[in-house]
Amino acid sequence: MKTYKNTGNKDTRSGFGAGLTELGKTNENVVALCADLIGSLKMDDFKKNHPERFFQVGIAEANMIGLAAGLTIGGKIPFTGTFANFSTGRVYDQIRQSVAYSNKNVKICASHAGLTLGEDGATHQILEDIGLMKMLPGMTVINPCDYNQTKAATIAIAEYEGPVYLRFGRPSVANFTSEDQKFEIGKALHLVDGTDVTIVATGHLVWEALEAAKTLNDKGISAEVINIHTIKPLDAEAILKSVGKTGCIVTAEEHNHLGGLGESVSRVLTTNHPVPQEFVATNDTFGESGTPAQLMDKYGLNAEAIVKAAEKVIKRK
Amino acid sequence: MSKTQQLENLTTQVRRDILRMVHKVNSGHPGGSLGCTEFLVALYQEIMNRKEGFDMDGANEDLFFLSNGHISPVFYSVLARSGYFPVDELNTFRLINSRLQGHPTTHEGLPGIRIASGSLGQGMSVALGAAQAKKLNGDKHLIYSLHGDGELQEGQNWEAIMYASGNKVDNIISTIDLNSQQIDGCTDDVLPMGSLKAKFEAFDWTVVEIEEGNNIDAILKGMAEAKSKTGKGKPVCVLLKTVMGNGVDFMMHTHAWHGKAPNDEQLASGLKQNPETLGDY
Repeated sequence: MKTYKNTGNKDTRSGFGAGLTELGKTNENVVALCADLIGSLKMDDFKKNHPERFFQVGIAEANMIGLAAGLTIGGKIPFTGTFANFSTGRVYDQIRQSVAYSNKNVKICASHAGLTLGEDGATHQILEDIGLMKMLPGMTVINPCDYNQTKAATIAIAEYEGPVYLRFGRPSVANFTSEDQKFEIGKALHLVDGTDVTIVATGHLVWEALEAAKTLNDKGISAEVINIHTIKPLDAEAILKSVGKTGCIVTAEEHNHLGGLGESVSRVLTTNHPVPQEFVATNDTFGESGTPAQLMDKYGLNAEAIVKAAEKVIKRK
Repeated sequence: MSKTQQLENLTTQVRRDILRMVHKVNSGHPGGSLGCTEFLVALYQEIMNRKEGFDMDGANEDLFFLSNGHISPVFYSVLARSGYFPVDELNTFRLINSRLQGHPTTHEGLPGIRIASGSLGQGMSVALGAAQAKKLNGDKHLIYSLHGDGELQEGQNWEAIMYASGNKVDNIISTIDLNSQQIDGCTDDVLPMGSLKAKFEAFDWTVVEIEEGNNIDAILKGMAEAKSKTGKGKPVCVLLKTVMGNGVDFMMHTHAWHGKAPNDEQLASGLKQNPETLGDY
């Protein structure tokens, strides 16, 4: 089976920062806003290089979303930066009315998503943001898997006209996608060929899915691995093509099973080609304090959990 | 005919539009609309420096943002009568498949609208963003915005008010419609806000008060003063004292007509008090 090499752990938020730095040089319409988390979001370089295009808004996320919507009127492409929790749940109505319904070209860039935010605990660990954002008409929802892909996604969304939610995380994780990749919104990436089970993963769970595929391979199970970096619009064709071959699927995400990637995949399956599905996701719960690895283990969001889900779903075929 | 007379004639016609629009669909918000009629007529006809036609970016012209979107009847009438879309389209207000939604939206592509509003308290942030885009683009034109007084109970406004002065956004004139009424009654009974002048000044804004907010000449004078205070390092706030329901006697000085349409007799009375000037749609 095809394997991927980790070129060294890196955090996806730094991929965002690097992408933003690049955009600063290449696209003069890109502006950035931050709600008192410049260091956490890795926006320092953009701020240093383009102070006139950087807006520190203070701890005032609602105002930040409105400012971003207004900046688009006049041709700017605003990138807002704060934690995922404060990027979505805290400002849902502002995003709904001033950005999504008004169809403004705002890029909502959200770090520290999910359990891997770690020790700060459940107040900051949002596991509902994909659901919140994908329900908004016209919103594109992207959750890249590693540093390189987050950088590529950041650059790509500037070229796309319309509101985007870009979700990434805090911890250093495997960096395994190519450095010079071209990011195509809405296009799933086929990582490993397999015939027994399809594993569709997003964000930090993509690397775990690759690790799971190796374990499954050792057990004589051939797993197909797909990286769904774009949850909306979902690449239904890629999913259907794969389950047409494997006949069952595991979805894996660092998010509640209610409202996440898994439910979007379910809809595609039930309306086209129903096959057994297992969810690797949190089970309608809040998180808690702990290290990222401890939390992913406790809440069943790692390679081991994906292996178990794959074995279970194959039996249900 | 004097300029004031021309604007007053248009104001009377806009009042008729508002009454007829809300009467036809038995819904909508006439009270606040009537209270802001003189202001919006003066703004679009006299105060703002506008280009012909409409494009979303609005480069090289003054822009207006309505934050209290429920007064859409007056906004739509003034936009139509300022040439943004056919006056006849006012007939479709709040009907299915209309561009004139209950609250203003960009979603249906109605010329003149740059942001959806209705969920309160969001417009000042948007207006400030547009003001900063103008600065980045080296565009010297101004941003105008209108907000209800009750709307200032929404916390996002105060984030925006603090941001504006902290960042010296001095190319904006935000007007507060001080009609002292909101859905549940007088603002002082619902949630007393104390002195808005003191509050805006405490947030380091320049404040201009217009005591007679339903008097065209007073509005023109006050807004000229406000304009003269832009570009001096501070955002400018206009406290516009208005009478809700102005121009229709039984709708005045009460919150009762915030979101209620007149019946047939009430419409007839309201129209009689505001005779046709430019022609009904």
